[in-house]
Amino acid sequence: MDYTKLSLLEVSSLLQEGKVTSVELTKQCLNNIEQNKRLNALNSVCSEFALEQAQKVDKMRADGVKLGALAGVPITIKDNINIKGLKTTCSSKFLENFEAPYNATIIEKLLAENVVIVGKNNLDEFAMGSSTENSAFGPALNPHNTNYVSGGSSGGSACAVAANLCFASIGTDTGGSVRQPASLCGVVGLKPTYGLVSRYGIVAFASSLDQAGPLTKTVKDSALMLNAICGYDQREETSNKNQPKIDYLKSFSGSVKGVKIGLVKEFFGEGLNSEVKASILKVAEFYKSKGAEIIEISMPNVGNALACYYVLSSAEAASNLARFDGVKYGVSGSYSNLNELYLKNRSNGFGKEVKRRIMLGNYVLSSGYYDAYYKKAKAVQKLIVNEFAKVFETCDVLLTPTSPTPAFKIGEKVNDTLSMYLSDVYTVPVNIAELPAISVPCGFSSNGLPIGMQLIGKKFSEQTLFNVADVFDSREAK
Amino acid sequence: MEYDVVIGLEVHCELKTNTKCFCGCKNEFGSDPNSNCCPVCLGFPGALPVLNKTAVKYAVMAGLAFDCTINNYSVFERKNYFYPDLSKAYQISQLEYPLCINGKVNINVNGNKKTIRLNRIHLEEDAGKLVHDGVGGTVVDYNRGGVPLIEIVTEPDISSAEEAVAFLETLKNTISYTGISDVKMEEGSLRCDVNLSVKPKGSDKLGTRTEMKNLNSFKAVYRAINYEQRRQIEEIEDGNKIIQQTLRWDDSIGETKSMRNKEDSQDYRYFPDPDLLPVKITDSEIENIKNSLPVLPTKRFENYLELGLSEYDANLLISSKTISDFFNEVNKQVNNAKLVANWVINEVLRKTEDNNILISVQNFSELLIMVSKSEISSTAGKQVLEQLWGTNKTAAEVVEKLGLKQISNTDELKQIVQAAINNNPKSVADYKGGNEKAIGFLVGQVMKESKGKANPQIVNKLLKELLD
Repeated sequence: MDYTKLSLLEVSSLLQEGKVTSVELTKQCLNNIEQNKRLNALNSVCSEFALEQAQKVDKMRADGVKLGALAGVPITIKDNINIKGLKTTCSSKFLENFEAPYNATIIEKLLAENVVIVGKNNLDEFAMGSSTENSAFGPALNPHNTNYVSGGSSGGSACAVAANLCFASIGTDTGGSVRQPASLCGVVGLKPTYGLVSRYGIVAFASSLDQAGPLTKTVKDSALMLNAICGYDQREETSNKNQPKIDYLKSFSGSVKGVKIGLVKEFFGEGLNSEVKASILKVAEFYKSKGAEIIEISMPNVGNALACYYVLSSAEAASNLARFDGVKYGVSGSYSNLNELYLKNRSNGFGKEVKRRIMLGNYVLSSGYYDAYYKKAKAVQKLIVNEFAKVFETCDVLLTPTSPTPAFKIGEKVNDTLSMYLSDVYTVPVNIAELPAISVPCGFSSNGLPIGMQLIGKKFSEQTLFNVADVFDSREAK
Repeated sequence: MEYDVVIGLEVHCELKTNTKCFCGCKNEFGSDPNSNCCPVCLGFPGALPVLNKTAVKYAVMAGLAFDCTINNYSVFERKNYFYPDLSKAYQISQLEYPLCINGKVNINVNGNKKTIRLNRIHLEEDAGKLVHDGVGGTVVDYNRGGVPLIEIVTEPDISSAEEAVAFLETLKNTISYTGISDVKMEEGSLRCDVNLSVKPKGSDKLGTRTEMKNLNSFKAVYRAINYEQRRQIEEIEDGNKIIQQTLRWDDSIGETKSMRNKEDSQDYRYFPDPDLLPVKITDSEIENIKNSLPVLPTKRFENYLELGLSEYDANLLISSKTISDFFNEVNKQVNNAKLVANWVINEVLRKTEDNNILISVQNFSELLIMVSKSEISSTAGKQVLEQLWGTNKTAAEVVEKLGLKQISNTDELKQIVQAAINNNPKSVADYKGGNEKAIGFLVGQVMKESKGKANPQIVNKLLKELLD
């Protein structure tokens, strides 16, 4: 039997009932990976590491050791998250041979749950992009149609889950990098509240916006994954200390009766593909039919989020990526003086988009422009935060498209930076306001490409998001 | 034309915390290269800083020691620049919201008192160290990278090399009292940059300033200031403009050399570090830190004057906390400030190397109590101190062993005094004939006979009684 088409929760049950072994699951996933190399979903595959772990878990189970729901389940990890002893390339030439000297906190947590890591996912270089076309190792293809992009930056993760190469993946989301590829590949993507999941050991893009989150086949699987990776980390100051440990699998009541769902006018304007729009409005109808209250609202400032995002994220990225100089690790060529060292190593190591953001970031931080750009963006961020706070006085969740369009063709937007940036227009405000949001598949375009809806919640309202999302995700006429 | 010299200092001082400022690595001078390092201080991808609370406490202690206002809210920012000793290519520092502002340091140059205002004291991390490997290459030791530093910035209130050195000495001494730093210039735990400009005497308008770096001793600071002020005045007198630039002091030739001009100066692109939370410190926390501070040298100086000591002696006593503490402890037992000060300054200070006082407070106090009660003579006391220094013997033991206890028993002394009178009729006659000095000879004879143990005051008294 091919188990790889099952959900995480389903294989978890089979594993716990002893109906399948981890080794078998792992072999099937590795086989799928081998068969689907063309998708380019993975930068590296760690078969040995995975099979060893699978054997260990099977033995533990045979020995009667009590194991968690994730034990023995093959998953993949975005290649900007450190796993000790394995390469963390960030899909950059610069880190092509960089072996991580330590585990990210979330990897420690996942390994403690005895997951089986089978490989590391392709991404846009340093998580900057919306299509994985910025990967130094070529784009990850959309499993629904390989002429199309998988989205980005966690495109490899979304691709791997959609193509049944694994049962879940951990991606990172700075402006939509989990949700947008999830939407384009037809899987579930969660961006948790900032501070809920540790950033320690994840290569930073924009520290104040980065948040890791799971990509899964179902909403319930997402809750299961969040259970494993969330929690306070004393190695990160911005990690949230006050949030009590919640079992997110207990989020599901199966009902949305009385839930107030906001439709933000500004998220349905110009630039939104009509098929996507129709799909989202159909979801709204669905919720209404299940007893939810649909409220139309306006957020006049939310349109500034994208500009604000590109100032703040680039500023932080410019500084975060400055450490890549080739002195301590990474590629280093020959040079005759210090200036040349920086110039050569960084010019050769980074791709075009990364350079663009570094230049943009340094520009907005430079003397004379700091107030006009960085400080102004910080002020705009406050406006957006307040605007969300206000709409959440009347709404429990917001329903929006995840991406303005279904997947676009490979090469279609590589020379149109603005259009590429606009694919994150609905996801970026969430990061700016540190909120949680989930993307759930909600249909297909006429040419067979997945469409995703986004549900946005208040800070730390992941339970509500999961429940509302699941009511749709678990609907009968799916 | 006469000129005013305007000087401001930036002093960096490494804090003596157990661990580094933003990671758990050991903060230790002299370890093997790159042995006190981890992903955080090496700036490895994904590593994140977490603030060492002790570093904040120490910086606040420094602020309080110099009468700064401690800000309840301060922010760490990133100072971005490329250099191989800076592992992240940014230094975590403070700019817009520093921890401490508006302090002061009172200095005394040859009796002239002056207050040097501090603009701020902020907390930041140190960079690593470039080491030239001797075969044409340069390697980096990141052990120092991430060590907590305070930067102390003065207002341009300093007007001479003498004042600058007096400021640094006071600063160093006060910091060493707080225990937050080794303040050793030779190990780099205290470093100083000098900003200097000159202007026509009395003018309100500041001249163009230069910044001098690589000043590795107080003497270098002194020489560099004198050199640079002379250089600037000569430039102006020659009709040249002063170029705003950073200069490197070369101590071996006694000259400054240009490192970079203003045009080449870096844009550090400061912005708040998104990995670190703003530092919030409450008034009651500040109060607790204040209460944990030892009594500082300025206060001790006042206390010593109140005990009747001279300014000179008071200054000597406060020159080191170890000495001052020792004095205070001993005087608690002996309760004779002048006597204790004399002994501490003339004997203990002379024998003490590297602040190692090799006699216990208890032993030294016992000794001085014997001296103050005339149980032993001053001379004998010094002899005893020699025996006690660096050993575990007690003062009583040594006095006993060397038989140095003074004979103050009148009956016992009377016999020796009578014998001296009997044996020296000529001196007796001289004294009686009006030669007061002759009594000295007789005292000497008694001392000789008693092997130095006779109490000279009592002997004197007895002689006069018997002769008059």
